[in-house]
Amino acid sequence: MRFMIMVKMREDAGAPPPALIDAMGQQMAELFQSGVMVDAGGLCESSASTEVRVHDGELSVTDGPFTEAKELVGGYSIVEVHSREEAVELGRRVMHLHKTYWPGWEGAAEVRQIAGSDEGPSSA
Amino acid sequence: MTADAHAVVAATWRLESARIVAGLLRMVRDVALAEDLAQEAFAAALEQWPTSGVPDNPRGWLMTVAKRRAVDHFRRLERLRSKQEELYWSLGPGQSQIPDFEGLVDHIEDDVLRLMFISCHPALSREAQVALTLRLLGGLTTEEIARSFLVKPATVGQRISRAKRVLAEVGVPLDLPTGEERKARLSAVMEVVYLVFNEGYTATSGDDWLRPALCDEARRLARMLVSLAPEEPEAHGLQALLDLQASRLPARLGDDGEPVLLADQDRRRWDHRLVRRGLEALDRADRLAARGTPIGPFVLQAEIAACHARSPSVERTDWPRIAQLYDGLVHVMPSPVVEVNRAVAHGMAFGPEAGLVVLDKVDTDSVKTYHLLPSVRGDLLARLGRTEEAREQFRLAASLTRNQREKRLLLARASSG
Repeated sequence: MRFMIMVKMREDAGAPPPALIDAMGQQMAELFQSGVMVDAGGLCESSASTEVRVHDGELSVTDGPFTEAKELVGGYSIVEVHSREEAVELGRRVMHLHKTYWPGWEGAAEVRQIAGSDEGPSSA
Repeated sequence: MTADAHAVVAATWRLESARIVAGLLRMVRDVALAEDLAQEAFAAALEQWPTSGVPDNPRGWLMTVAKRRAVDHFRRLERLRSKQEELYWSLGPGQSQIPDFEGLVDHIEDDVLRLMFISCHPALSREAQVALTLRLLGGLTTEEIARSFLVKPATVGQRISRAKRVLAEVGVPLDLPTGEERKARLSAVMEVVYLVFNEGYTATSGDDWLRPALCDEARRLARMLVSLAPEEPEAHGLQALLDLQASRLPARLGDDGEPVLLADQDRRRWDHRLVRRGLEALDRADRLAARGTPIGPFVLQAEIAACHARSPSVERTDWPRIAQLYDGLVHVMPSPVVEVNRAVAHGMAFGPEAGLVVLDKVDTDSVKTYHLLPSVRGDLLARLGRTEEAREQFRLAASLTRNQREKRLLLARASSG
């Protein structure tokens, strides 16, 4: 089963403390090593982002930043695990690091299964 | 909360047991004891986490408990020994045998690689290597392994306990092997991982949901191996091979549940994400090989799989390249099965005559019951217009296969023009 873990936070929280970056790097390295982590990445600020939207049958293109949004995805990882519980445990760990190394920070890790990733050849 | 804590303990076992067992193994140098200690620590977690809550650092917590149990274990042994020494004073005073658990620093990568090497130790049978690898590195239970391989749990249990006894005799060296021995041990691990993958890949029964999970488990082990031995092109080759083969899984079963051969697969149904990952892994293997590290069977097989993956159809496949790769493969991995595939490739690349030339050199005695041999020969003969000889080969092949659908197909060809 593959899951995407998205870390969502307010953009005005500022830059993450170096200790958090170190701890995340360590955790990430371990997960890559154990074969659990398939891919991971941090996203640039929404000022570097552009939204292409369909509204009322019209396409529009808007450049960031999107300050009106409460929480934005700041980073993601894709993990391959045996169960939802394992993915949730990984989400708990990444939030635990934020809690420990970034006092006052608030946000969430959304753990969402990637569609079709639990299907074997018999159901494909 | 209780159900949650149980789920977290189970999830933590799958995520962390390999590292915990590997770390303990370095300290106690005994596979059975290391696994017992790890399980005791998880049992303690099952007892305590529901009330105390999940600790901030689950692995650290488990490791501390396991180390404490290990110290208890060695103290018990020591007491036993000193009692014996009172009885048999001639043995002389024993030295402290308790390992210095606190003084040991963590070397997780080395620990896990050592655990892989131990699980695939040459003193063990291939079946035992597979069972031990899935249990110690995959964190699978005996029941899960048994279900995956369609054998009784008791059989797997026996295999594992026998393997542990063998390993207790050969011992667990602290140092990782180097040079040629490291290469040999790495290839044993890779063969085990490939076997696990194939067990999942060739399973065709639809009620068997666990077996595709074996493919995923094998791919996870391959990724693990790549991160532990990134200098080894074959490890990247194995990852590439598994990703490329797994990319075909969605196209491998027809609507009626029957297997679909590569030539007949709808290539749009391949998992192109996996194709890309496989090709990337192969690029890494090639870059290492370009620096002079020799390649082996996994890189070659991955190159062959890549030729298929890159091609939009059977007709537009680079068959001369595949034939050349099989020529190389048969050198590093001589086997009649590889020879037969090589004959197919030569037949596609250079015409049926060329295919027959390769086929005629196959040691037929060793593969008397291998139905693909007469089936491929029949195909090549038919393409040459040697109809009667072809029919005879198809009849022979039909009598050898145990797959009913294939038998019907071959008999139909045996009676057609």
